[in-house]
Amino acid sequence: MKFVQGIKADVTADIVYMMCPMHLLKLDDLIKQIETGQVLEILTDYDGALEDIPAWCEKTGNEFLGIEETEDYYKFYIKKTSS
Amino acid sequence: MRKVYFDHVATNPLLPEVLDSMMPYFKEEFGNPLSVYDLGLRARDAIENARSEVASLINVKPSTIVFTSSGAEANNFALKGIALAKQNEGKHLIVSRVEHHSVLNTARSLEKMGFVVTWLPVDKYGLVDPDAIKKALTKETVLISVTHASSEIGTIEPIKEIVNIAKEKKVIVHSDGVATCGNIPVDIQDLGVDLYSMAAHQFYGPKGAGALYIREGLRIVPLIYGGIQESGRRAGTENVPAIVGMGKAASLAKRDLNQRIEHNKKLRDKIIEGVLKIPNVYLTGHPERRLPHHASFVVEFIEGEAMLLLLSMKGIYAASGSACSSRALKSSPVLLSMGISSALAQGSIVFSVGISNTSEDVDYLLNEFPLVINKLREMSPFAKGWGDATKGDKCYTGG
Repeated sequence: MKFVQGIKADVTADIVYMMCPMHLLKLDDLIKQIETGQVLEILTDYDGALEDIPAWCEKTGNEFLGIEETEDYYKFYIKKTSS
Repeated sequence: MRKVYFDHVATNPLLPEVLDSMMPYFKEEFGNPLSVYDLGLRARDAIENARSEVASLINVKPSTIVFTSSGAEANNFALKGIALAKQNEGKHLIVSRVEHHSVLNTARSLEKMGFVVTWLPVDKYGLVDPDAIKKALTKETVLISVTHASSEIGTIEPIKEIVNIAKEKKVIVHSDGVATCGNIPVDIQDLGVDLYSMAAHQFYGPKGAGALYIREGLRIVPLIYGGIQESGRRAGTENVPAIVGMGKAASLAKRDLNQRIEHNKKLRDKIIEGVLKIPNVYLTGHPERRLPHHASFVVEFIEGEAMLLLLSMKGIYAASGSACSSRALKSSPVLLSMGISSALAQGSIVFSVGISNTSEDVDYLLNEFPLVINKLREMSPFAKGWGDATKGDKCYTGG
């Protein structure tokens, strides 16, 4: 897993405690709303996202920048590189 | 025999328009809202429309409304969900003593899980003192839960003042609005609470539908795990007809609220004035700060359940304390917390009026109720020397 720090996001979605697969639905929804080159930040406590989000990025042609861990949840950073 | 329903805090009949709005979703529009084809999409649209109607009733964004199965579930969700989400910041909750059992018992279950609860006292009218909250707050406090109004005593609590105190310390405030939503004007922007529970059947909607308002951005741990219904916050295939009915009932409540309040208040005041003419009967709850459809009393020397039974034989339906306490034949913890003695609390009775009640219904009650009281007092070993309730004789004479 790629760990990052201090990445500035253009859009943030706080879905901490929301059930799986909300992380993928939110991703799908928000990636359509941002411009190519912009960065999306997803906050979630769902462990399954550690596999799901990088896999989703690979499948959809977006760049997975990495994660930052906090005490209670993860911050995922995704750069829109698909058109 | 005349039938008079004076138990609108227990539940209400469905309005015909509400039933009509629900019917298609029992029949041809039976789709699962998560299905991607048109049948499912129409069910989803119906839910979103209901969400907008409920949100509009309390002046919030639709996305902040989560549908539940009941007001009790909404209360459970609020307390457990916030306590668990915030447990790393603190494990202290403040809960009033005049809460519904769905708040009281949830808080008790959290105590067993290691949370600490401060039980807030109330005054003789059942009012929470905001200063007592100030004193109860600690660095560990994560949630305050105070009902907007108790359905047992009708007292409307000073929620706005409580919120102002809580905001200074950044503590979350939940209010159980089951008795108030749809019965008095509720503007969450003005009230300022972070969470607010509602139940459809309290404003002429169906049973089986409730909702919790959750302030935007507030993290809450789900109560029911499963699928992604309600934005991943409450799993389970939605009760589409009931939710649609709740939405319709909310839109009608918003449209007719002032008219309903005016109608109910007149009847309520007539009941209070008439019943208080009976000696040794006392109003419970606040004389002014009370629900417009709610008149509650304690009757000395006799017992609430017996009154209910004799009244029902006359076609008059009322309640004694909360529906839960009433069935358990237990003194109401709400009345005890107001300093009412255990013996007197046994004589609790609540008349709650609704839009289909008339002034003649109240006349009928005021004629029959003293007869019922007299009959029971004649049998009561505690009422020796007692005067005639129908003549308004003064007080117990001892003996």
